[in-house]
Amino acid sequence: MTQTKRPGLTLGPVYYLWDAAKWRDFHFRIADEAPVERVLIGETVCSKRQHFIEPHLAEVVERLDSAGKEVVFSTLSLVTLARESKQIREMAETSDHMLEANDLSALAVLKDKPHTISPLINVYNAPTARLLASRGAKTICLPPELPFSSLREIVQNCPEIDFEVFAFGRMPLAISARCAHARSKGRIKDNCQFVCGEEPDGLPVKTLDRQSFLTLNGVQTVSHACQSLLGEIDDLLAAGIRSFRLSPQDCDMVEVARLYRAVIDGGMAADEAIARLQQVYPAAPLANGFHHAQEGAAWVARARNLQAS
Amino acid sequence: MELICPAGTPAAFHEAVDAGADAVYCGFRDETNARNFPGLNFSREELKEAIAYAKKKGCETFVALNTFMRAGAEEIWYQGAADAVACGADALILADFGLMAHVAEKYPDQRLHVSVQASASNPDAINFLVDTFNAKRVVLPRTLTIADIARIGKSIRCEMEVFVFGGLCVMAEGRCSLSSYATGKSPNMNGVCSPASHVRYRKDGRDLVSELGAFTINRFPEGEAAGYPTLCKGRFDIADSNGYAFEDPVSLDVMGELEALKAAGVSALKIEGRQRGKAYVAEVVKVMKAAVNSPPDRRGALLSRLRSMSEGQKTTSGAYEKRWR
Repeated sequence: MTQTKRPGLTLGPVYYLWDAAKWRDFHFRIADEAPVERVLIGETVCSKRQHFIEPHLAEVVERLDSAGKEVVFSTLSLVTLARESKQIREMAETSDHMLEANDLSALAVLKDKPHTISPLINVYNAPTARLLASRGAKTICLPPELPFSSLREIVQNCPEIDFEVFAFGRMPLAISARCAHARSKGRIKDNCQFVCGEEPDGLPVKTLDRQSFLTLNGVQTVSHACQSLLGEIDDLLAAGIRSFRLSPQDCDMVEVARLYRAVIDGGMAADEAIARLQQVYPAAPLANGFHHAQEGAAWVARARNLQAS
Repeated sequence: MELICPAGTPAAFHEAVDAGADAVYCGFRDETNARNFPGLNFSREELKEAIAYAKKKGCETFVALNTFMRAGAEEIWYQGAADAVACGADALILADFGLMAHVAEKYPDQRLHVSVQASASNPDAINFLVDTFNAKRVVLPRTLTIADIARIGKSIRCEMEVFVFGGLCVMAEGRCSLSSYATGKSPNMNGVCSPASHVRYRKDGRDLVSELGAFTINRFPEGEAAGYPTLCKGRFDIADSNGYAFEDPVSLDVMGELEALKAAGVSALKIEGRQRGKAYVAEVVKVMKAAVNSPPDRRGALLSRLRSMSEGQKTTSGAYEKRWR
């Protein structure tokens, strides 16, 4: 690989339903202070929520643009209604920013237009990545479930594509036509009254033995544990990963970005960054099991470093 | 409408053919298909024999290669496709774009069906697969209402197949990592969901507790029938209440909606259950075939026989009905 571009940080789309002003101010601060190169914008979980951010979309994009961030619009993940399809088609036709595909319909309408691929598109091997690249995909954020052995194989065999990993945040695990979040509050999707907005960091699902397990976010289910690949950054860079995605949680994401930046640039030891990350986001334990081909909830300590010390 | 029936073993395959299946779907005994369970599925020889038997009786065979190819091991899936084609499969059921591209290029005359695992839930997505890989049929995700299906049917350029009976995924299929979050094994990568290898039952006082990996999935007081701990059908604590957070232990049954499905343009009805025994397959296929061939007002009596065979004996019409959401 001849390219020597500095590895980038990408802020993923906010998965949760935040109060509109909070959503706006969050992105303003990201624009002003966070060391991230790319920012994903857009409601990706539930089309019923879209009107919340719309009044602030233009000013947020303008602020990010003028701060020199690359703004990418992320599309809806589960598209079933005609109006949802129409919206994605219109975005593809009219957007002056790049789009990120979250489902197959976006892939269809983005053919021959430069675009990015979200971790919710199933890219498990190099032939799939190459097919997407041949249709215009520039960056692929690989699925959280993918083990490092697969990731390395894919990156090695597709030098023409920039690959990204889901490096921070509760992992998106499933999406449904049914809204478990609304149902847990005695409602259904069609009369939900946006009760998912009551939990800006998701609604905890515990086992009957009170183990923290999953988190509801509207029709989406995310993990309880928070993905952290701080300890794996060196391996990922050596494997050819070009950027790291930070998925917003209800915490100081500017500080999260600074920690990842510091480790990528070699200015902070991973172990110190991990300890600090737990203080920045104490709501959930860290996990990296998927990367190590184990259960996603697992935390694998950095054996090599322990041996060295 | 065609009836597409499951077979996890050669014996079940024969039963399904004899009971009147229009097509039987099955897979190889490895990670290439989404029912990669111990003791299930077909060797190359068994598939060849099964297809020959089906052809003799005028029944088609669809081979599911519907997991996602493991990076670096694509040859396993390519070989599966080559062998299924050589055995005379009438269609391959695929989910992975890389594998679809390979099959479309290498075997342009082979009929390609889009697996439910591909999660093609709208006309743009489906037509993308038709245009790119020459897909002839799509198995629709269990996230659509019948009204959605009717609308989709009007604007796609291939046939639609829908699940009507058997197991029910609550989550969009092919987009669920719940199982691997708890066990490291997933439908997409390993062809398994909530695998038996990671299931444990233990007594806790008078309760029977079912676990998947390190997590409690359900707790059954004495006297309550204990079900299998499929992750999304477990009981959990949310805020101040506990219960079936995602879905009750029910199975899908929309046989009561055959006329609506036909009017929506559905060309094939799919029965879930490759993990089921041959007696189950024989009975379900026989009754459903009779129901499909009966006038609507005669179906009720036939179908009531089926209800007793459903998982947990409770059924739902799932996402096909809007209120389910």
